[in-house]
This record gives sequence, C-alpha cells and structure tokens, in this order.
Amino acid sequence: MTFIEGNNPLLPAETNTIITDPMIPNLFTIKKIFWETDDTFTIEIESHDKSSFNFKPGQFNMLYVFGMGESAISICSDPAKNKTILHTIHRVGNVTSKLSQLKKGDTIGVRGPFGSNWDVTKFYGKDVVIVVGGIGLAPLRPAIYSIFKERKKFNRIIILYGARTALDLLYRVELEHWSKTKNVEVLTTIDRGDSSWRGNIGVVTNLFNYIKLDAMNTYSMVCGPEIMMKFSIEELVKLGVEEKNIYLSLERNMKCAIGFCGHCQYTSKFICKDGPVFNYSQVKDIFNLYEV
Amino acid sequence: MNDKNSIKVVDRNAIDGIISLLKSEGFITVGPTLRDKTIIYDEIENTSELPIGWTDEQEAGHYRIKRRNDEALFGYNVGPHSWKKYLFPPKLELFEANKNGKSFEIKTILTDTTKYAFIGVRSCELHAIQIQDKVFNNWQYKDPNYVSLRDRTFIIAVNCTQAGKTCFCASMDTGPRAKKGFDLSITEVINPNEHYFVVESGSDKGEDILSKVETNFATEEQIFKADAEIDSASRNMGRALITDGIKDLLMNNMEHPQWNDVAARCLTCANCTMVCPTCFCNNVEDVNDISGNHTERWRKWDSCFSLDFSKVAGGNFRTSPKARYRQWMTHKLASWIDQFGTSGCVGCGRCITWCPVGIDITKEVKAIQDNPVN
Ligand SMILES: Cc1cc2nc3c(=O)[nH]c(=O)nc-3n(C[C@H](O)[C@H](O)[C@H](O)COP(=O)(O)OP(=O)(O)OC[C@H]3O[C@@H](n4cnc5c(N)ncnc54)[C@H](O)[C@@H]3O)c2cc1C
Ligand code: SF4
Ligand code: SF4
Ligand code: FES
Repeated sequence: MTFIEGNNPLLPAETNTIITDPMIPNLFTIKKIFWETDDTFTIEIESHDKSSFNFKPGQFNMLYVFGMGESAISICSDPAKNKTILHTIHRVGNVTSKLSQLKKGDTIGVRGPFGSNWDVTKFYGKDVVIVVGGIGLAPLRPAIYSIFKERKKFNRIIILYGARTALDLLYRVELEHWSKTKNVEVLTTIDRGDSSWRGNIGVVTNLFNYIKLDAMNTYSMVCGPEIMMKFSIEELVKLGVEEKNIYLSLERNMKCAIGFCGHCQYTSKFICKDGPVFNYSQVKDIFNLYEV
Repeated sequence: MNDKNSIKVVDRNAIDGIISLLKSEGFITVGPTLRDKTIIYDEIENTSELPIGWTDEQEAGHYRIKRRNDEALFGYNVGPHSWKKYLFPPKLELFEANKNGKSFEIKTILTDTTKYAFIGVRSCELHAIQIQDKVFNNWQYKDPNYVSLRDRTFIIAVNCTQAGKTCFCASMDTGPRAKKGFDLSITEVINPNEHYFVVESGSDKGEDILSKVETNFATEEQIFKADAEIDSASRNMGRALITDGIKDLLMNNMEHPQWNDVAARCLTCANCTMVCPTCFCNNVEDVNDISGNHTERWRKWDSCFSLDFSKVAGGNFRTSPKARYRQWMTHKLASWIDQFGTSGCVGCGRCITWCPVGIDITKEVKAIQDNPVN
C-alpha cells in the first residue's frame, strides 16, 4: 500500500477534478478543556494551521480521538467567532470518555461542519420559544448568540430548559445573564430536586404553565432527548403554535456525516445531510412512528 | 442506442481478442467464473475461465448449478457476488495515524487507480452501479476511491437471454436489455448449428476496442434472433413486483401486520444486504497496534440488520427484527425514491435466492398490496 502525507488530492482518470477525501479529519489543538458539570465538559479547539472555521448555528463536527473513533458533536460557540470553536460534550461512552481525558495542547481530528442549521433570520419580528432538554442546550447556544447579536430584530425570547438535577444545568452564568436581559425569560426545571433547590421540579413541558404565548407570532426551536421533544412539540401545537414554525434537531447513530454510511437514516431523510435541524412539518409523519 | 447499421456480430475468438486487448491496455479483467459450485466474479484471463456450458437454478433460498446442453458462455443469471465488491470494496483502509508526542500525524492511503474491465454485467447490475453512483459520486461529498475506480472502469454488458426464477427486472424496468451505461454490450445467440455474439458499442472507448477485433455487420436476421432471445427472457421472468404507488403504499402501512409475520421468519442474518448490489451501508472501525502509537481507520460493509446499527448512547432506535426488516425493505422500495430519485431495487433476485429461510421481497410486498390497512 502506498501512503502520502496529509489529505491527498486525487486526479481521477478523465475528469481531472480534484477530490479531497471527506473521511480524512483535519488536525486541531485543544486550547482549553474544562468541566461544565460532573459529566459534561467543554473543549476549545483551534486548527493546526490556525485557519478560521466558519459554521452556522446547529451544525456539528465529527471529532476523532486517536485510535478510539469519532463522535458527532455540535458546535456550541458563537458563530461570529471563527478562530477557535467550542464543543460541549456529555461523557457517555468510549469516544466521549477519551475526549474528556485530553489535556490542553493535545491534538484531535475534526471533520465538518456538517448538516443543516437553525436559521434565526426566519424569526425576525417574532417571539422565539426555545425548549431545551439536557445537552440540547449546546447545539442551541450558537442560535441564542446569533439572536442576541441582533436582539432588536426579534420580539420576546423565552428559554425553557430542563435538566436532570440542579448540578446538571449547563452554562449557568450565561443563563443568569440572559435572564436579566429585557424581554427575555429564562425558566429552568429539574427532574430531581434537593433541599437547596428553590426552582421548578418536573419535566420541561410543565414550564409552559408559567408563560403566556402569542401563539400566532411564535417560532420555536426544540432540542433534547426525542421523548422530551415529542411532548414539547405536542404542547406547542396545543397552545396554537403552527407546526411549520417549529424546528427541532434530531440525533441518530452517525459514522460518516456525509450520506455514505446509511446509519443515520430516518425513512427518507439522512439526519446528517438533510438534518440534524428539521422543520417539524418535514418530519412530522415519521416523528410519531415507533422504531424507524 | 446504436442504429442497426453499427451493430456487429462476432465469434468467441473476438471476445477473447477484446479481453486480451483490454489486458494489454492495463485493465484487470474480471468476470463470472465457477468456484465451489457457485458462479462468482473474479479475475479471468480469457473466455475459457467463464462458466462455459453451465447454468444456475434459483428459487427462494435455493441455488444450484447445472450443466447446459450447449457451450454457452453466458447462459446463467446473477450469483451471490455483485460488482460492488470492486467499486465499493468490503474493506477499505481510510487512513493511518501515528502518534507524535501530544499530537499525531495522518497518512492517507493513495487512491486506488486500478483499471477494471467488468465482463458480463447484466442490465440489472448496470442499474445497480448507476444507483451506487448516486450515493458515492453525486453531491457535495464524493468518495474518491469510488470515483477513481468508477471513472476507470470498462464495462462489457451482457443482455440476458434467459431469466432466473427469482429475477424480476422486467417489472422494475431495469432489464433484461442493457440500454445505457456500458462500453460494449453483447447478446449471445446459440442454436444447434450456430453460435454468435451480437455486439454494440455504447461509448467511444467501446467503439475503439471493437474496431480492433474481427467483426462483421450483423444481418437483420441475426439481430432479430438476438432481440427475440431478450424478449423471451423478458416474458419469462420468474417473479414480478408491482411498483405503482409502492412508496405511498409502504409508507402508509408501517404498522401492517405483515411486518410481524416476516419478522417471525427473518433471522436478521444480513445475507440479503450483503448480496444486494445497491446496499451501501458501511461502518468505520479503528484498529490499533499493541504499542498504542499506530492506528488505522477502516471502512467495512455494514447492514441495517446488525443490532448495533442504530445504537446511540441513550438507547437503540431499531432493536426488533420487525423494525430492521421494515427499514431494509422500505428503504429499498420507498424511501430510496425520495433520497435518490430511483428505486433502490433492481429486481436481481439475489436477496430472495440467498435468504436462508427463503424470504421473498416480492411476496412480502404483495401481501401488503393485497391487504393494505391504510
Ligand atoms: C448531530 C449530532 C450532534 C450531537 N451533538 C452532541 C453534543 O453537542 N454533545 C454531546 O455530548 N453529544 C452530542 N451528540 C451525541 C454524541 O454523538 C454521542 O453521545 C457520542 O457519539 C457517543 O459516543 P461514545 O463513543 O462516547 O459512546 P458509546 O456509548 O461508547 O457509543 C455508543 C455507540 O453509539 C455509537 N454512536 C454513534 N453515533 C451516536 C450518537 N449520535 N449518539 C450516541 N451514540 C452514537 C457509537 O459509535 C457507539 O457505537 C450528538 C449527536 C449527533 C448525531
Ligand atoms: S433488494 Fe433484492 S432483488 Fe432488489 S436489488 Fe437488492 S438483492 Fe436485488
Ligand atoms: S430477509 Fe433473509 S437474508 Fe435478509 S436478514 Fe432476513 S433472513 Fe437474512
Ligand atoms: S452519518 Fe453516514 S449517512 Fe448519515
């Protein structure tokens, strides 16, 4: 077998077009790694050649750990900043555990950005309800940053956020900051409380009881475990939000992120290239089927 | 298609001539050949390595080779192999990486530039190749290995003059006549007192090769006989599948009791996906050496029937055999149409023949067609 350094441009016989292999990662350095909660951490990364990295809110990367494998992880930093990017990662298995053990200065492989995005420009002049469960806040944070960058173009912003326990709430400083902004409401709830928690307890859909929606003027973005998204969307629709104004981000097993491996198929959709962000009306029929 | 005047007729020597010309141009010539009582695809040197005088007998869960009473070169249908094993190899190394302090270096594998000449590609298989083109060479991202091999491939199609008992290309509109996507196409005509091959070229490259071997213009009678053989294959398809409205039918019947019925029989062995010429699912795996300083990433064929296929950290989206069979069949016949603008099934019948319990995709569809719940 013959090897060459780096990503090899190929010259096919007749076409003479150059194809770069989309399965080869680019090398990035860990600039920072820190824990957000007991089992969730954030890495800040920069490409080895210091080139900028542009992405849209809701897109994801495939992060490669030497010898271990790849995981699909959303980009959670401000899309306006492209020198370094952030990923918040829940440690759940092989790759994510190995990622959590990396140190500043270590190298990982990155392929991306991939997938569809939250297009907040569609929400200009409207109320935006963001419904989040757990790690789902990570893929939504770039959208929230984009909204805050052009705050005046949007009307009310409501963030409903559910986590397992108080200690599992992500980005607490920012939540605090957002909640103090005019015309922004941030409501949190946790599944299990203890004596120190004075906030809401229960599933995120309970939080709908505490807000009044101007349903006809509301757009919504939903991200979290599938069951949580199901109930949240049901609730939104019940409150009168139009299905075509609801967006959600789906998760499936992913091995390639480019439509080659078939793993992420969701009937007629590939979550990696048609998603992960979908308009609810696009996937509604499939969303309520079992085991597709 | 060519006009009738450019249709040639050749004998077996000319086929050998074509193979040796291709070899002299650096092509690896692959074609059907007999191994362990099965007709498979492998490298061949000349026509003597073809399964001359053999045919195959196929039924659901059944495959047997039989002697013919003539010396036909191409007198059989498709076996368990398909050409995808060359263009989309079962195992492909993507890259290697070596540790270097806190960092590592990636070495990519030089793209495969082998020139394959496929000899004896059936019409259904041509369609299957064109379907895989849409997966690996269709949009923003391309598989460089696939594109490299595909661009260099020379294709000699063979028109089917007999259909197997599990074939249903006629109803899928994918055969038995090869209409496009080949460099040369051959129709073998064999009668008690004559044995000839009607040849058409489908590309400049094919035309060029054909001009270098001894040919004659085909007579009207020769062409007529060849066409009649293909028509008879078309009329004698072992099976049929009604495709009208199939996408909506399946999508509206995702909870049909037939899925439970087939799930009770299916072993989730994944044979059907391995033999299917269009199935493209794959997995990526890492292989490490003992020092921990060297690692390789490999791509391997995978199947939507494997249990881990849809696993995520929080659970597994498709564990029941019902969900897995349903995913496979609805992908082939319904969602594929949305994804790639064509059916994912070319009616080759392999999944029927090679299913150990004889599950038949045409019968499963018919059961739903006859009794839709929605
Ligand atoms: C578009 C997208 C965006 C995501 N964004 C984030 C994020 O921002 N932060 C975060 O923490 N997680 C995110 N995930 C989930 C993350 O990809 C998985 O948790 C991770 O791949 C698990 O890998 P592991 O090896 O640590 O776990 P293991 O438990 O060892 O792996 C479980 C098995 O599932 C496979 N697997 C493949 N794809 C997934 C998947 N999508 N989810 C779970 N398992 C998978 C693994 O390869 C393995 O076979 C995202 C997933 C998708 C599809
Ligand atoms: S689904 Fe079966 S009949 Fe259709 S192309 Fe695949 S193997 Fe052939
Ligand atoms: S349909 Fe047949 S070949 Fe396919 S997985 Fe089931 S038992 Fe195996
Ligand atoms: S992740 Fe491979 S096809 Fe979507």
